[in-house]
Amino acid sequence: MARKKSNQYRILITCAAWGVALILSFPIIWTLLTSFKTEIDAIASPPKLFHFNWTIENYFIVQERSDYFHHFWNSVIISIGSTLLALVIALPAAWSMAFIPGRRTKDILMWMLSTKMMPAVGVLIPIYLICKDLGLLDSRLALVVILMLMNLPIVIWMLFTYLKEIPGEILEAARMDGANLKNEILYVLVPMAIPGIASTLLLNVILSWNESFWTLNLTGANSAPLTAFIASYSSPEGLFYAKLSAASIMAIAPILILGWFSQKQLVRGLTFGAVK
Amino acid sequence: MSTLHSRRAAKVMLTPSVLLLFAWMVIPLGMTLYFSTLRYNLLMPGATPFVGLENYYWFFNDPAFGVSVFNTLLLVGGVLTITVIGGILLALLLEQPIFGKGIARILVISPFFVMPTVSALVWKNMFFNPVNGLFAYIAKLFGVPPFDFLTHAPMFSVIVIVAWQWLPFATLIFITSLQSLDSDQIEASEIDGAGKLQQFIYIVIPHLTRAMTVIVLIQTIFLLGIFAELLVTTNGGPGVASTNLTFLVYVRSLLQFDVGAGAAGGIVAVVLANIVAFFLIRIIGKNLEA
Repeated sequence: MARKKSNQYRILITCAAWGVALILSFPIIWTLLTSFKTEIDAIASPPKLFHFNWTIENYFIVQERSDYFHHFWNSVIISIGSTLLALVIALPAAWSMAFIPGRRTKDILMWMLSTKMMPAVGVLIPIYLICKDLGLLDSRLALVVILMLMNLPIVIWMLFTYLKEIPGEILEAARMDGANLKNEILYVLVPMAIPGIASTLLLNVILSWNESFWTLNLTGANSAPLTAFIASYSSPEGLFYAKLSAASIMAIAPILILGWFSQKQLVRGLTFGAVK
Repeated sequence: MSTLHSRRAAKVMLTPSVLLLFAWMVIPLGMTLYFSTLRYNLLMPGATPFVGLENYYWFFNDPAFGVSVFNTLLLVGGVLTITVIGGILLALLLEQPIFGKGIARILVISPFFVMPTVSALVWKNMFFNPVNGLFAYIAKLFGVPPFDFLTHAPMFSVIVIVAWQWLPFATLIFITSLQSLDSDQIEASEIDGAGKLQQFIYIVIPHLTRAMTVIVLIQTIFLLGIFAELLVTTNGGPGVASTNLTFLVYVRSLLQFDVGAGAAGGIVAVVLANIVAFFLIRIIGKNLEA
């Protein structure tokens, strides 16, 4: 819309947009504020917005009482591990479909996508029993593998849509110059594909970090990532609002910050390139 | 043209992914299907006799089944309605020339990155709680007795929580879609004397149709499997008032250890999801050709 808008209109619409933005993000802002309160201030009536005694002791108490870093580390290993594993398996597949498409490439892509549609609950029992038999019920390894399989279709799809945008002529030229397949991938393709690979990694780390079906059903105290760690606060201890808030902020902060950088990739990755 | 050699290489590179996904899909699903025909309870070890479709019979006749299917559809429908309508309005608002657009957008999008267990707990305790929640305080301000949301309107509460998480997703996609709106078309319609409302109905809405379809279908896939929000807030209750199909299968199989019934429920969930998937695959596939 090239038409010039009056300043008055801009100010009005800015107020409206910011009002809505603040309302929608209010639960997060409120949680952040509450995490700096004492327990008494946290349930004060009328609620205290800013004028309370700011404290950061809640964060230390959460760490001390429920060993936040242990679960944080579990989340890191599970989300990054499953994403990297998926990347290693997906990259060759995406590469071959993007650059050496066959007659059935489209069908294969569609079929891969369709595996994503399978509801997790449909395979809960077998996976649970397999893990139980293999002694993997409370292990990070099982989650790394399961989340890798869950996200593999998305990883392949995202890589595929990014690699497809690299002109094939460049690869032909490299081949003409005598590069073998390994060198072609290593020195030509990978450098050009780095941005796409990075976005793929980012989105999948976010998805795995927040995954809360398998992480809740297959973990115990030992391997629980932050999703399960926070679920333990729904017990009576959850009534301590300030500590609940501190724990919540600690669980979401890393991914919230990553997420802000991934807005564009999010659309692309989650719509399988259908909306641009 | 690709050579025979590179074709073979392509096959080799494709194989691990295809095999893994195939195994991931076929083996557990086959096992679920198999379990669903057995009388199999983990609390009663020993024989697991074949009982045909008996588990399905009991599952379908379970009073909780009807409730759970209804709740599943209510959850999907409610959240979709809120996110699609809200998403379009928000996207239009955020595409206006506002000051600090980047930060406003980040604020709107943030809820999407909050893990389900956290958002459920925050809403449950700090907003819905009838004693200390903010809504209870607001009710008191207006002299209304506080309302116990999770007890008296559990599905409504869960819909609010889930819609809050997914509204940013819809908004983000509508924003992306709006940015590819042809400004010439808008200008031409202005010259022809079209009002704002007419532009919205005849140009903007048709342009957003594809985005809308994608949002509806993708969200449906995720919404059919809502689990953590229920586990943390209502635990499916009171009674089975907020149990959806996913949660019912979880209760039957992991809490009551009835593998047979749980497996039958799992298969029902798979069938339900496949009906949705059928349409989604077709639409994305069509788009791939374009």
